Amino acid sequence: MNFFIVSLIKIAIVFAVFMTTLAYLQWVERKVLAHIQSRTGPLRVGPHGLLQPLADVFKLLTKEDLLPPYVNRFFYLLAPFLAVSLALVSISIIPFGPEVNFFGTRTFMQISDLRVGILFVLALSAVSVYGIALAGWSSNNKYSLLGGLRSSAQMISYELPLTLAIVSPLLLANHLSFREIATSQAGYYLGFIPRWNIFQMPFPQIFAFIIFMIAGFAETNRLPFDLAEAENELVAGFHTEYSSMKFACFFMAEYANMVTITCVATLLFLGGWHPLFPAPYSNWVPSAIALLAAIVFFLQLRDPARKRDRFTFPVFALVALVAAVLFAIPFLQTYLVPLFWFCSKAGLLLFTYIWVRGTLPRFRYDQLMHFAWTFLFPCALLNLLATAFCVAVF
Amino acid sequence: MGHIPLSWYLILSAILFGTGIAGFVYRKSVITVFMSIELMLNAVNLSFVAFSYQLQRIDGHIYSFFVMVVAAAEAAVGLAIILTIFKNRGTLQIDEVDSMKL
Amino acid sequence: MDTFLFIVCAIVSVGCAVNLVLQKHPISSALSLIGVMGSLAVLYLLLGAEFIAMAQMIVYGGAVMVLFIFVIMLLNAGTEKTSAKSWFAQIAGFPLLSAFVALLAFLIKVVLPPLHPVEFGSWVGGTAEAIGMLLFTKYLLPFEVTSVLILIAIIGAVVLARKEID
Repeated sequence: MNFFIVSLIKIAIVFAVFMTTLAYLQWVERKVLAHIQSRTGPLRVGPHGLLQPLADVFKLLTKEDLLPPYVNRFFYLLAPFLAVSLALVSISIIPFGPEVNFFGTRTFMQISDLRVGILFVLALSAVSVYGIALAGWSSNNKYSLLGGLRSSAQMISYELPLTLAIVSPLLLANHLSFREIATSQAGYYLGFIPRWNIFQMPFPQIFAFIIFMIAGFAETNRLPFDLAEAENELVAGFHTEYSSMKFACFFMAEYANMVTITCVATLLFLGGWHPLFPAPYSNWVPSAIALLAAIVFFLQLRDPARKRDRFTFPVFALVALVAAVLFAIPFLQTYLVPLFWFCSKAGLLLFTYIWVRGTLPRFRYDQLMHFAWTFLFPCALLNLLATAFCVAVF
Repeated sequence: MGHIPLSWYLILSAILFGTGIAGFVYRKSVITVFMSIELMLNAVNLSFVAFSYQLQRIDGHIYSFFVMVVAAAEAAVGLAIILTIFKNRGTLQIDEVDSMKL
Repeated sequence: MDTFLFIVCAIVSVGCAVNLVLQKHPISSALSLIGVMGSLAVLYLLLGAEFIAMAQMIVYGGAVMVLFIFVIMLLNAGTEKTSAKSWFAQIAGFPLLSAFVALLAFLIKVVLPPLHPVEFGSWVGGTAEAIGMLLFTKYLLPFEVTSVLILIAIIGAVVLARKEID
């Protein structure tokens, strides 16, 4: 019985946090893109546009739900549902932290641990292509069809380097469960170099990491590989005919896939929740960062850029201070510090996603296929061979 | 918690196999005929895994793994053949592809 | 709980299989087949074959069926034309098929020795580790032969699908 209650609480927490993250990821993306392009981004709704996600949700909910007359009704309605449900499932097996004491029950900061966790994520990512392909086909629109075709070909092609890149850390960890993979990366070389797979001593997995990230960009249909929705050639690709909540479903699926890929990359290559340097010091890093943020806000207060910053900056500073205090309480540290390290690594990778989107132009379709088959695939294969050799010899 | 007789799995496998045969004989589109074959392979896989449970040995899992590999190879070649048929004859109806030479 | 899950998955798989045969449009059939494969994956999990269940979803659900859907979309295959069926098939087809399935079920009930009842979690032999161990020791030769088979299939597909050079 205890197991059910703890699981329910964990599911509720993860669901709430995940949904909020998805909504705010879009705000972060717009803000970062805007600053890359010397704009300000959303600014009107709430301080610094912080309430923009809420406004977007209202806008999407109240838009007219169009059903174009010549679509294949069943598949047209099924496609966004498939896309979003498959994208949201993967988060359930991601471990966010080590075993903790949860009101007298020992439990992991993870909804459920599968012995074949990594295969489960691969299976979900393999099946998630149907949402896009069906949307493209059922819309009965040549642009949508082209988008769906491109996307399915692209996802089959990039699945190969993605899987091959995943295999090398699996060889090192000797296990398929995410929890075991993350646990195998605990500890430090020489007392200060973390034992993450990306710093693995005989043969660092840096190439596997880069290949995984590139293939991950393609799997999630993000720039520079967003050929499925290239707006200057295909209007909006597979979701041209979708409006209102059905469009929001695709949107949410894309962001959920992004979060999953970054979480998987963190667990496989960046050591999961293990900190960058040994424990006694690393426990105070989150506090120090929050304190630093508070000081920066207070210093900015002397010369605010906008009039309303005089009110918003003290609030932000106060929030940062509270966070600093929370991270310093020893009882909460066992929960929050692993979460901090996990989220900061995943967040950094998410930032990279947005950064790349702001920097690189879109590939041409033949370049995309050429890149996957003649460059990425052989590279992944060579990397796998080298890793296997190192594992066998050392 | 309930126990399921293993024979239910085997009967389910038989039903799926029968449906696959029906599709293979009844349908006229090359692609659907091909999909019926995949359905039959899946039914056989189910009985492999069920027998593997009965014997408490995983050799049956290995067989069904090989069946999957063969099915993947078969799908690649078969779909290439379907593409070629469509390119040369402009139809996917299996009873319109009835001459050896064009 | 196990029985309930089995019955739900069995009904879904049989329903999808029948739908595959009855639907007129290839893409509906393809989606029904994906439904069959998904419910079969759950049944494999119930039988303690976790690796095969995941391989089913990755290989069948993710690769083979995506290829099917890709080809259907590429050829823009429409609904198939019904042509005249022979009178024998119309009259005797369904009864013969049911007789065949009933015969199989009868044989399973009568001929086979007493079978273990399936209980979820009582036997989990199908882990990735065990399968890998067996695959690279006892079944090494078949494994290597399959790789040759796949190579032949790749070459065959490339030869068949390449553009004619004028």
